[in-house]
Amino acid sequence: MDDRTQPWDRVPELGGPPPRSRPPVPGASAPSAAEQPAADDATGDVVTERDRSWQSWGEAWSDDDGHEDWDDDAPRGRGFWRSAALGVGELLVTAGMVLLLFVVYEVYVTDFLTAQKQDELATELREQWADEPADARSLTQVELGDAFGVLRIPRLGEDYTRVILEGTEEKQLAQGPGHYVDSALPGEQGNLALAGHRVGKGSPFLELDTMRPGDPIVVETADSWFVYRMLGDPATGDVDADPSGIPGRQIVAPTDVQVVSPTPNAAASAAPTGAYLTLTTCHPRYSARQRMIIHARLDGGAISKAEFPDGPDALYES
Amino acid sequence: MYSWIWRHLPGPVASKAVLALLLVAAVAALLLFVVFPWVEPRLPFNDVTVD
Repeated sequence: MDDRTQPWDRVPELGGPPPRSRPPVPGASAPSAAEQPAADDATGDVVTERDRSWQSWGEAWSDDDGHEDWDDDAPRGRGFWRSAALGVGELLVTAGMVLLLFVVYEVYVTDFLTAQKQDELATELREQWADEPADARSLTQVELGDAFGVLRIPRLGEDYTRVILEGTEEKQLAQGPGHYVDSALPGEQGNLALAGHRVGKGSPFLELDTMRPGDPIVVETADSWFVYRMLGDPATGDVDADPSGIPGRQIVAPTDVQVVSPTPNAAASAAPTGAYLTLTTCHPRYSARQRMIIHARLDGGAISKAEFPDGPDALYES
Repeated sequence: MYSWIWRHLPGPVASKAVLALLLVAAVAALLLFVVFPWVEPRLPFNDVTVD
């Protein structure tokens, strides 16, 4: 009833003083006097309701022990701290999600991106090899960042093939195993040194620790195959038992650059005593505290791709 | 922050939800394809070379 009369009652009051505390005027016109109490009630209701809502709002921010003496600023100040804490909490949760996403990126997404890049590189390299005349194919000079060969390691999978690039900067390593600049080229006397990621970026060297002495590591170039075999004693599987004294596998500090010397573990300036291949990756997994190193030696000489288009027998040993 | 975004997305709940998902996807893509590739080389745990 009140609700319905309210708009009607209020219209005549517009512009006038608030009717609230006005005492009834005896001499006033009948309709106005009759309506007055209703108008009072309506206005009174509105005010009370607003008061109540402010009150409850204040209570929500007041202490548990029932502090009611907050002045006007107090609830606002508390609201600020509350939203600040909320904001910090949300930021922390967001930071956690971003870090998780980064882990996903490192472990899975980079694999995907590198696989794409490897496919492109492999296609390009095959086309390049097919286009070049045989006599122009020489590996005497390789530009930084160029793909120049394909690495195959049957122990890491029958279809394990990785295009290798010149250079060991992150730019190259993100695409595949990188060849240490100035280290030997495939088949040359000296040490063909390759670095590759252990986890992420296609994880080319993830399972290097499963390699055993005598395992073939095959490098394919424009016209030849080169078969290297991991050092150590193939009969016993002892990686330290190679007659040359060079271990097949070793864990070293990141600063131990002698592992990529022309003769592994000899001085960098010493003359090479053979054609070696060295793989370096980080160790342990997910860490860069140490390096895992695999050493291998060339087994035989260059194998012509014209004669063995499908690869040397070493690829199909197991 | 999130409630502020939610309040400022237009339309009914359904459209807010779709827009919110799109926002999340956009942020994730930005992180994965722009921010992370840039940050990564500056982090120490990716070294595989001896030097």
